[in-house]
Amino acid sequence: MSLSYVSLLDLAVVVVMVTAALTLWRQSLAAAVKALAVQGVGLGAVAMILGAHRHDLILVGVGVLVLAIKALAVPLLITRVVAHDHAAREASPLINVPASLVGAGLLTLLAFAATRGVVTLVATPAGRLIPFGIAIVLIGFFSMVVRRRAVSQIVGLLTIDNGIALTAFLGTSGVPLVVELGVTLDVLLAVVVLQVLAAQLQRHFNVQDLDQLRDLHD
Amino acid sequence: MTSTSGSVLASALQLAWVLLAGPLALGLMRKVRSRLEGRAGASVLQPLRDLAKLSRKQRTRPTDSTWVFGAAPVVLVASALVASAFSPLVTLSSLLATRVDFVAILFVLLLGSVALLLGALDTGTAFAGMGASRAAMVGAMVEPALLVAILAMSLGVGTSNLSRLVGVGVTTSALAGPARILALVSFFIAILAETGRLPVDNPATHLELTMIHEAMVLEYAGPDLALITLGESLRLVLLLGLFANLALPWGVASGTGTLGLFLGLLAVSLKVAAVAVAVSVFEVTTAKIRLFRIPELLAGAFLLGVLSVISAVALR
Repeated sequence: MSLSYVSLLDLAVVVVMVTAALTLWRQSLAAAVKALAVQGVGLGAVAMILGAHRHDLILVGVGVLVLAIKALAVPLLITRVVAHDHAAREASPLINVPASLVGAGLLTLLAFAATRGVVTLVATPAGRLIPFGIAIVLIGFFSMVVRRRAVSQIVGLLTIDNGIALTAFLGTSGVPLVVELGVTLDVLLAVVVLQVLAAQLQRHFNVQDLDQLRDLHD
Repeated sequence: MTSTSGSVLASALQLAWVLLAGPLALGLMRKVRSRLEGRAGASVLQPLRDLAKLSRKQRTRPTDSTWVFGAAPVVLVASALVASAFSPLVTLSSLLATRVDFVAILFVLLLGSVALLLGALDTGTAFAGMGASRAAMVGAMVEPALLVAILAMSLGVGTSNLSRLVGVGVTTSALAGPARILALVSFFIAILAETGRLPVDNPATHLELTMIHEAMVLEYAGPDLALITLGESLRLVLLLGLFANLALPWGVASGTGTLGLFLGLLAVSLKVAAVAVAVSVFEVTTAKIRLFRIPELLAGAFLLGVLSVISAVALR
């Protein structure tokens, strides 16, 4: 039982990690959103596995909530923006894809180097996975810095949020339900606002590249 | 348990197997592809017939080429045969099995790639040179991904001995660990690039702008071309066999007993056939990516390898 719990947890965390890398790998925005949905499934699975292991029904409930919002609702909302966009690719990121992938690898190493103390402090099977959470946060930041499309920025923001949530699940014995509910709904709200914003940008200026928006218009 | 004569026999068996399975795997992949595209397709045996036909033809070589041109196909086939004889394909107890390192096998194969590249450059034609430069670019990016994937697999086992790497999968349940899965995915992408399969190179094309491998061998004809086709098919089946045995290690014989060897032969044939069919199905559903996007694909494979190494160290 305990062995399968550890390997399941490992697998779910690595799924979240790989999908974070995938959002940097694929230039197609639709593929990035799909990767984000799988990331939500992985994150929900992490919460449910932890909840099942600790016999914590609330944590399992949080997992279901995460699954519903991050694996279904948010990707559907973003897909609507992407569907309106004809050239749905991240055409010219500030750093090209191979370099940003190598950068993601370096950030992951950095996360492991920086969290050595935390890992020794939280001496549980979940605790040794914390560096992955930090790495996902860093990759999300990196993605927001190098990507220029509005949708890519939303994807980066959500990756950061998923990384924070993953770190919280792994590092603590569960965030209080109210806090988790607040954070997750906040993210949903932010995505709705960003989705409306991106759609408006698309309609008014026919552009989603945020770097091109330099002048004020009436 | 395993005598030297048994190991020699096992290695000879593996050589015979790759020599037969190489062309057949090529034929099978073409057959699956044409069936999926709604064509009848040539027989699975067609590559063998092609080889027989080519080897009967007259030997023609470009006037300005040197001995390098003629040596390249021989080195290609020889390196693939050497690698196959010592790899754990049918049995874990082939010749020198305790000393054969994964990295060594890959570098023996690399010898063949470099020979082919030099042979292409030797003709001095524009096309072959272009193909050679492209192949060198892909090869230079495949190598780090392959090495990192091997490092990741070796970290879990504690050795890069190929027989141990395959053998340990049979006995332990560490098989489905995330580190191993990531390493295998990375290894698979690198194999597709190394053998010139579809997302990287189209093995069936003769369109000048896109071909990599076909451009390199454009000047070869007759028996030389037969050797190159054979060498490429040997490399394909060897790498697919290694991947299949690393991913699904069951059925590989541990000794050199007759029954074990027979079962091992059966198992590796089935596994390679399954992987070959899977690769062809994947090839039908995908398009060749632009030459300048190949670095993205291989950087992705490299990153998966790095993540696999990190997980192997962190999740120990």
